[in-house]
Amino acid sequence: MKYLHLVWAALRRRKVRTGLTLLSIVVAFLLFGLLESVNSVFGEAGHTVGSAHRLITISRTGLFTPMPISLEAQIRAVPGVEAVTGYTFFGGSYQNPKQVIGSMFAVGRNFFSLYPELKVAPAALRQFDATQTGAIVGAALAQRYHWKVGEQIPIKAMIYPRKGGSYTWTFDLVGIYHARSPFEEQDFLLRLRYFNEAAAFGNNRVGLFVEKIGNPQGASGVAAAIDALSNNSGHETKTQSDSAFAVDFLSQFVDIGLIMHAIMGAVFFTLMLLTGNTMAQAVRERTGELAVLKTLGFTNGTVLSLVLAESVLLVVLGGALGLGAAALAVHLLQHQIGAALPMMPVGGAIWLRGGTLMLLIGLLVGALPARRGMRLRIVDALAGR
Amino acid sequence: MGALVEIRSLSKVYERGRQRIEVLHHIDMDVQEGDFVALMGPSGSGKTTLLNLIGGLDSPTEGSLTVAGERIERLTQGQLARWRAAHVGFVFQFYNLLPMLSAQRNVELPLLLTKLASKERRRNASVALQLVGLADRATHKPGELSGGQQQRVAIARAIVSDPTLLVCDEPTGDLDRQSAEDVLGLLQELNREHGKTIIMVTHDPKAAEHAGRTLHLDKGTLVGGEQVAA
Ligand SMILES: Nc1ncnc2c1ncn2[C@@H]1O[C@H](COP(=O)(O)OP(=O)(O)OP(=O)(O)O)[C@@H](O)[C@H]1O
Ligand SMILES: [Mg+2]
Repeated sequence: MKYLHLVWAALRRRKVRTGLTLLSIVVAFLLFGLLESVNSVFGEAGHTVGSAHRLITISRTGLFTPMPISLEAQIRAVPGVEAVTGYTFFGGSYQNPKQVIGSMFAVGRNFFSLYPELKVAPAALRQFDATQTGAIVGAALAQRYHWKVGEQIPIKAMIYPRKGGSYTWTFDLVGIYHARSPFEEQDFLLRLRYFNEAAAFGNNRVGLFVEKIGNPQGASGVAAAIDALSNNSGHETKTQSDSAFAVDFLSQFVDIGLIMHAIMGAVFFTLMLLTGNTMAQAVRERTGELAVLKTLGFTNGTVLSLVLAESVLLVVLGGALGLGAAALAVHLLQHQIGAALPMMPVGGAIWLRGGTLMLLIGLLVGALPARRGMRLRIVDALAGR
Repeated sequence: MGALVEIRSLSKVYERGRQRIEVLHHIDMDVQEGDFVALMGPSGSGKTTLLNLIGGLDSPTEGSLTVAGERIERLTQGQLARWRAAHVGFVFQFYNLLPMLSAQRNVELPLLLTKLASKERRRNASVALQLVGLADRATHKPGELSGGQQQRVAIARAIVSDPTLLVCDEPTGDLDRQSAEDVLGLLQELNREHGKTIIMVTHDPKAAEHAGRTLHLDKGTLVGGEQVAA
């Protein structure tokens, strides 16, 4: 600790160079924080609580082909299935077309019993059962539009008009549910019974069935039995585990994890070259000073530690600033723009990974210059050799 | 116990590939405690090499080198570093202060290697700065001081941990007459009033006059016996 001012003085020696290097470290870790925040959502998707106990059935022709609701009763009768609910996509927007509500579903009455991770008050659930036009929304979504329970919410449907041709549906907000992350609090849920009664088309058909199964080990057998129900029926189904479904769904778009790792790899590779160069230069131009320290009796080990401390301090300083900026950015995006961002707050796990990365990079980048400083021969350095 | 510095048949050879450069040839030399010795000689005669050996910055090729009762040619690098910290103060031609640190912090440097608490370090450094007459410049960085003042800060750094021996390599080589006189006067005072043993390399006969005696080195050998100062 008493050497800290030496390390600090060394960093301040070339303010511009240190500043620029620091800036690139900040940017790299800002990017790291943002990507990790996105990445951990996708990581989460595969590990949803209770997901091992859940199967999802969609049409074999794809996610957007509806299936008859009558299948629900048949699925319920399959051995191993403890509960089943069907639901359908219902896209819509709020006051203007830009306020798209991305995940809006018409759900059966036992929807919440299949998703225990979504917490809703029993009283709200009773209201939902009793109100034909009732709706329950996620807390983050409600916060974004300042919706209060009891409020009437007009929604402009994207696909389904009502009987009579109007695209405007008005719902009574009866409850708000909470989940573990704002990302999971974005759903707008209306009653499938209301949809079936009021929609001009699409009635009595659903996009998905979700099944709760007693024994995850038997999942594949149960899935096969469910799919067998509709063999050769013209509406054949495909049943998967919940997590397999999530991964499948995302990989329709891109291999997100791979892309992120490639980006981060490139960023950190560049960062190490840059910081490594800064450190090498810093030590090279200070050969004389390091020789003086050794003359005064600083041991090789101490000089090695001083240089390592310098590079670690540099990277940790920039890294902490960058991750801090990422945390702030995610926070602002989630709470002010409030978009249904697929991002997790930058929390302990990301800080831990980031911190480890900072230490590693700092040590790695400082290693060669530190060795150079350690091996420096006093008499040669003093004579400028 | 004999002299503070006892040099016996000391040789130093540099090897560059196949080339062998014998810089010092079997040197014998004693420096008594309390001496102020000037070391003179033409450029390339080996003065710096000899001084660096005495100060434990380098190791001899042959011969023995006893300083303050320790056979320092037998010490390992780590032991030598600790030995230097405890026994020798260094003053160089170009001051060799750390440019980012204040005069005070520069003088404190050797004390970082001791067990002293930060308060004591600060106090001892202040005393050393007072001794060289620069108490009022404690917060100045080297760049804000004249050459003579920088050299006095360097002397303060050399004496702050109270070593027995001061080795100075052309301490006035970069200074004007007046600053040189100040620095030499200061060294003389440290020698006479504080009992420091000083070995000083110099090209300047006027500077050598401040020493108690002068040794001449030529092509790696001490020549012409010893001159005793007037
Ligand atoms: N590391 C080294 N490798 C090879 N030769 C060296 C090395 N160090 C010193 N020398 C040689 O040793 C000789 C003596 O050098 P030294 O620096 O001791 O001379 P000096 O008397 O101090 O000279 P000056 O008055 O110019 O400072 C020179 O010829 C020098 O080139
Ligand atoms: Mg010399």
